[in-house]
Amino acid sequence: MSAIEIAAVSKVYAGGIRAVSDVSLLIADGEFIVLVGPSGCGKSTLLRMIAGLESISSGTVAIGSRVVNEVDPAARNIAMVFQNYALYPHMSVYDNLAYGLRNRGVPKADIDARVAEAARMLEISPFLDRKPKQLSGGQRQRVAMGRAIVRKPDAFLFDEPLSNLDAKLRVSMRGEIRQLQRRLGVTSVYVTHDQLEAMTLADRIVVLYGGRIEQVGRPLDVYHNPASTFVASFIGSPAMNLADAEVSGGSVAIGEQVMASGVAGIADGKLTVGLRAEDIQPDESGTGVPFAVRYIEELGAQRLVHGSVEGRHLTMALSPDVPLADEIRVMVAADRLHFFENGSGRRMARRGA
Amino acid sequence: MTVIFFLWPAAQAILQSFLREDAFGLSTTWVGLANYADLLHDPNYLNSLKVTAIFAPAVTLLSVGLGLVFAASLDRLVRGSRVYATLLVWPYAVAPAVGGIMWWFLFNPTIGLLPYLLAMVGYRWDHSLQPTDAMILVVIAASWKQVSYNFLFFMAGLQAIPKSMIEAAAIDGAGPVKRFFTIAFPLLSPTTFFLAVINLVYAMFDTFPVIHATTGGNPAQSTNILVYKVFVDGFIGLNLGSSAAQSVVLMVIVVALTVIQFKWVERKVTY
Repeated sequence: MSAIEIAAVSKVYAGGIRAVSDVSLLIADGEFIVLVGPSGCGKSTLLRMIAGLESISSGTVAIGSRVVNEVDPAARNIAMVFQNYALYPHMSVYDNLAYGLRNRGVPKADIDARVAEAARMLEISPFLDRKPKQLSGGQRQRVAMGRAIVRKPDAFLFDEPLSNLDAKLRVSMRGEIRQLQRRLGVTSVYVTHDQLEAMTLADRIVVLYGGRIEQVGRPLDVYHNPASTFVASFIGSPAMNLADAEVSGGSVAIGEQVMASGVAGIADGKLTVGLRAEDIQPDESGTGVPFAVRYIEELGAQRLVHGSVEGRHLTMALSPDVPLADEIRVMVAADRLHFFENGSGRRMARRGA
Repeated sequence: MTVIFFLWPAAQAILQSFLREDAFGLSTTWVGLANYADLLHDPNYLNSLKVTAIFAPAVTLLSVGLGLVFAASLDRLVRGSRVYATLLVWPYAVAPAVGGIMWWFLFNPTIGLLPYLLAMVGYRWDHSLQPTDAMILVVIAASWKQVSYNFLFFMAGLQAIPKSMIEAAAIDGAGPVKRFFTIAFPLLSPTTFFLAVINLVYAMFDTFPVIHATTGGNPAQSTNILVYKVFVDGFIGLNLGSSAAQSVVLMVIVVALTVIQFKWVERKVTY
């Protein structure tokens, strides 16, 4: 169990392609970090650099205060769970779990005990004699986790481990991974492109975009205070509504329609306003902004109403018992608005707020 | 199609093996199994069996082994490997007889390069007198061409192994050599067994031009493998009945070996 320190790490491939640019991150001992971002954002490359499967172009990676840039993957004392599980197909489940221990010369009795312990924890004891081919997807996933657990590593590295499972299994495995990590208290780095996995698993989320860190923070902090329009649109489902707007004298207008007034601490001018779907509420007094309903997505517990204000597409989340018409009046509380600079997309801090 | 091209010739060979033809091809007599009985009492034929029993496995082992070694080293190389791969594939395009002559030159006791080098370390190479030397020569000459074929299959096999599996093994603390023997090689076993069958059949059937171009079955019958003896007895000695009988025996041996291998492969290699 150790902290991981990533300092100014970059990865440049032959041909000058920068996959990861100047990433620094301190991962505390026992922390569960999720690297999330769209494909090509460098999250897997970063993970593979921690694992030692990819060389580090510049910067340093330290695991437990030891710089491991030049250390073999085997000697880093990490365990990795791969997207395709990477189980050895010609070995039984038992041998799959024992392989790493045998390579390290762990005594036979010790191997037996550790494999039995891991198998019990993951409920794969009945399958120890089977070959991976004879297991279901979820069971293979457990074996892959077992192979990581038996080694008692300093850190777990997960590379999109759930993306090959069906939706239902993914949800239950997600819960199991979280509980297991809590129980074992092993520092974990988890890569996914699924923001929901990131929200539910992480102690802290690291949002990556174009090889750079966009934001690091606890799931709810990232959700409520996205650092950029990219994070705002990536984290949360449905994505945050973003619209060009203009602030003048404390009132925020999309086109001609004033969405909210009494906004303090934002200078007058053009900017991008962000609205969470659940923050847009119907205005019973009938004085709000007219919202033209286009179509509705029923989710059961709530419904997503897609429509437009002044031609800008907006999505709002409503309780199913709110009556709907072709056009409804909506309002947003001033303190629920997010403001981003036009151009850079950076979040604008509210002065004095 | 199958009947015309496969069954009919095979039937003709089997029929021929029951006949004895006179020296001028004027009359044929039905002799039943006499041709086969003669074979079993012919010391030359028994010797040929023994020679083949050494030759065929040796060729298989050498060509499959080298193919695997080259493919594995290429797999480690990764970049700049196109040239290397292309060069390794060339021998397959060379006619077997030409390959045989090339090795014959290389090993020629008077003008060859290799005997010259061997002489420097104190070994007197002469495959026209030494049966062992002759056997080594034909094994090398026959294997050489097959290596590239095997190499191609092993390379494809290695590339089919998911990279993450090798990476997982690396994280699991296995070094490159150990990874190869505990992960890559077992996963290649279907390829290996397939190639073993192909090469064994090659060594028994298709190596005739190599023998013909190098030793001609000599010295003292030491490299006279079954398929070469079929040719010599049938076309040089014009003993068609005996030749046909030999070819039938050869066919039966190869079919039996193939069946045994595939039976074993099916049981052992699938995972």
